[in-house]
Amino acid sequence: MTLLQTVKLRKHFGDTKAVDDVDFVVTKGEFLSLVGSNGAGKTTLVNLISAFLRPDSGQILFDGADITHASVAERLRAGIARSFQLVNVFDDMTAFDNISLSIFSREGKTLHITALAERDEEVQREADDILQQFGLKAKRDVAVRGLAQGERKLLDVAIAYALRPRLLFLDEPTSGVSTRNKSQIMDIISSVVRAGNVTAVVIEHDMDVVFKYSDRIVAMHEGAVIGDGTPDEIRRNEAVRANLLGGSLPG
Amino acid sequence: MGALFRGSLGRLLAWSAPVVVLLLLVPLAGNPYQTQLLTYGLIFAIAALGFNLLLGYTGLLSFGHSAYFGLGAYSAAFMVRYLGVGNMELYLLGGVLMTALVSAAFGYICVRHTKIFFAILALALSQVLWTLAYKFFWVTGGTDGIRVPFSKMTLLAGLLDFAGSGGYQKFVFAYYYYVLFLFCLCTLLMWVIVHSPFGKALQAIRDNETRAQFLGVRVRQYRWLAFLISGTFTGLAGTLWVPLNGLVTPDILYWPFSGELVFMTVLGGFRNFTGPIIGAIAFNYLKAYAVATTQYWQFLLGFVLVVLVMAMPLGIVGALARLKAKLRPKPEAEKAEEAAQ
Amino acid sequence: MDILIIQILNSIFYASILFLIAAGLSLIYGVMRIVNLAHGSFFAFGAYVTAWTIGTLAAGAPVTLQFLLLPAGAIAVAAVGAAIEPTLLRPLYSRPEEAQLLITFALLLILEDVMHFLFGGIPLTAGAIMDATGIMRVMGLVYPVYNLLVIVIGVAAALFLWYFVYRTKFGIILRATSQNMRMASALGLNVKKVYVQAFAIGCFMAGLGGAIVVPAQAAQLGMGIEALVLAFVVVVIGGLGSLEGALIGALLVSFVRTAGIQFFPEVELAVLYLIAAVVLVIRPTGLFGKPA
Repeated sequence: MTLLQTVKLRKHFGDTKAVDDVDFVVTKGEFLSLVGSNGAGKTTLVNLISAFLRPDSGQILFDGADITHASVAERLRAGIARSFQLVNVFDDMTAFDNISLSIFSREGKTLHITALAERDEEVQREADDILQQFGLKAKRDVAVRGLAQGERKLLDVAIAYALRPRLLFLDEPTSGVSTRNKSQIMDIISSVVRAGNVTAVVIEHDMDVVFKYSDRIVAMHEGAVIGDGTPDEIRRNEAVRANLLGGSLPG
Repeated sequence: MGALFRGSLGRLLAWSAPVVVLLLLVPLAGNPYQTQLLTYGLIFAIAALGFNLLLGYTGLLSFGHSAYFGLGAYSAAFMVRYLGVGNMELYLLGGVLMTALVSAAFGYICVRHTKIFFAILALALSQVLWTLAYKFFWVTGGTDGIRVPFSKMTLLAGLLDFAGSGGYQKFVFAYYYYVLFLFCLCTLLMWVIVHSPFGKALQAIRDNETRAQFLGVRVRQYRWLAFLISGTFTGLAGTLWVPLNGLVTPDILYWPFSGELVFMTVLGGFRNFTGPIIGAIAFNYLKAYAVATTQYWQFLLGFVLVVLVMAMPLGIVGALARLKAKLRPKPEAEKAEEAAQ
Repeated sequence: MDILIIQILNSIFYASILFLIAAGLSLIYGVMRIVNLAHGSFFAFGAYVTAWTIGTLAAGAPVTLQFLLLPAGAIAVAAVGAAIEPTLLRPLYSRPEEAQLLITFALLLILEDVMHFLFGGIPLTAGAIMDATGIMRVMGLVYPVYNLLVIVIGVAAALFLWYFVYRTKFGIILRATSQNMRMASALGLNVKKVYVQAFAIGCFMAGLGGAIVVPAQAAQLGMGIEALVLAFVVVVIGGLGSLEGALIGALLVSFVRTAGIQFFPEVELAVLYLIAAVVLVIRPTGLFGKPA
């Protein structure tokens, strides 16, 4: 069942064809990796879908509904959330506050001016639960500024996950993290996401990670999709091998 | 009943209780001058609390908060001059309404901008009010101002009046407790606000506006609300200030007073809740001392501010917190972690 | 009609002063991203130093000498600025902007009392120059020659600045640093030196504004605080960081103020601030402004 579909989506920056009439489909429940060299258009595509950017032309359909001109808030309500490549968290608040804020927002409780946040037991429990799932429970009351890079990356994802989206975009969740931590982080992310029945699209450069965790891979190059299929199919795809894999075949 | 006092609210009530007890004793132990001085301190503490909702919690520095303080004062003064009102509660009502209205309007204009432009715009708007107070002298009394005499005032819906001999001492004494009560109320209210989901949303906007937006927080609307609450708190302080000062003049609207509000807040430390309170009271004593000591008191204050900014960016409370952290013996786990990082 | 001409001349006179102050403020912001709350006080300091130099120190000296001493205020302010930047401002560049606003506010407080201490509480004048240059006939009316001189200086300053910023090597360095400080540094430009020079130049302009206004208007306490708000209005309307903006803004503010004083004296300032607010609402960075 198709959850998200773009139809001839286009975004050009002057002469640069960042996203060039792209037809992109995401099926419900899958864990999809979006790959491509730098400048291929992956982040632009995600930016267009999450309303960070407006498309020049084309359509975005989510669960059948046309959301091409919907605002950030409307897309959030529909169930689309995203994390960020450069960590975008609330540095001077605790990890717990970061997550619980997400939940408060989702529940529409952020205009509650005269109720103490800590007294909302449901939100407290859920926030602790999510922190636990992401392995951040120990850092619950630490100001996020002091967390290690890997923890911050996980928190960034957790904040988006706490919105309980139907479709979650993860922009390079392991970038800037040491190789040893990469698989740790991806283990956590993929298990939480799958357990929560969330459809995920991950932008990722590390092909080992991509081949290990994905149900499906979409490869982009110079604004266009050049490959779309299961890891095995992608491995056999000539265009992808030429442009991305450089001849070598990971695992 | 016990449930009411658990968690952070319980802690707040626990450490503030002895402080409040001490504050209750001040008029009994000191002389009228000291009592009056501390009353001013508490009034400015309310103003600073309001101001810091915008600065410390929402990340917006306004150099125009004298507008709301002055408006609160002038509201009471107008009620005296044009309506012959002497009832303090009515002053408060009028002041709060007036400042809420104007901060809603000014806030709407200001929150479309951030950082420098926000600060300058807030300043410019406060200057509009100053100009009006200065120029429309037949309405506002111009530089002579308007008197708000305590002898014609009542507190507690007319229960207490201060006419006749001994009225001044009686007023200073009673007004101190009146202000103290409102101070405690305002502190409690602000505490709840900053610890509410709304308060968390404001902090998120402060820390990362983009991410807050991508969580569905309506950034501009929330900033406006914070501005409204902030202006109203400061306006309330202004209304409380004028009976004590006995007079309101355009000086209270002039922009350097906005600078003093910023100074107070930063002196105490704008990164925590109690900072503005400590800062306002400390600044009040500092200024009183400076003015009494030298005619060049601005120089003294300026010098203190330089030291503050260069050496104590977290203010008094921040510096004390750091000192406390250094003196506290660290648990082993923490030490190991720090070594690892 | 006659009055109109006088008012127009007065507006341009006033605009020349405002332009100098605002352009200095804008320059400092453009290059260093600092909003100098003490900028008005620098203007006042320049006025005081010149007034004292001419009116007290060189009182009774030949007018030509007094004229030569006119820029004393500007030079003094530039020197103060050059001393302040490395000591009070440079340590705060890595800190959030609030810190800079606070320290320049502290500077304002300090300067106000320094002026009080050095020059006393009574206004200082340097009227001899004004008297000496006399009056001339403009379209059948009398008008002080000195005011026209100020207009000339104002125009000259605008032209010189434009030339300096857009045509000289140092101007290129200034613009490069203002657009991308890190890149400029990576290219080998001595950013520290650029910053202190830019700050000194900005201060010089404020001081020059004070220096040339003082024969016409006495130097008095509080003039700096008043001037700062007007300078802010100018740069808010014209755009922070823009030279053209400072010029257009100064002219606009000046004309509105003069018209206001003539026709609606009560609301003349209020109208200005409201115009500033309206401009900001329509064009958040001012008419010619750069993004923050």
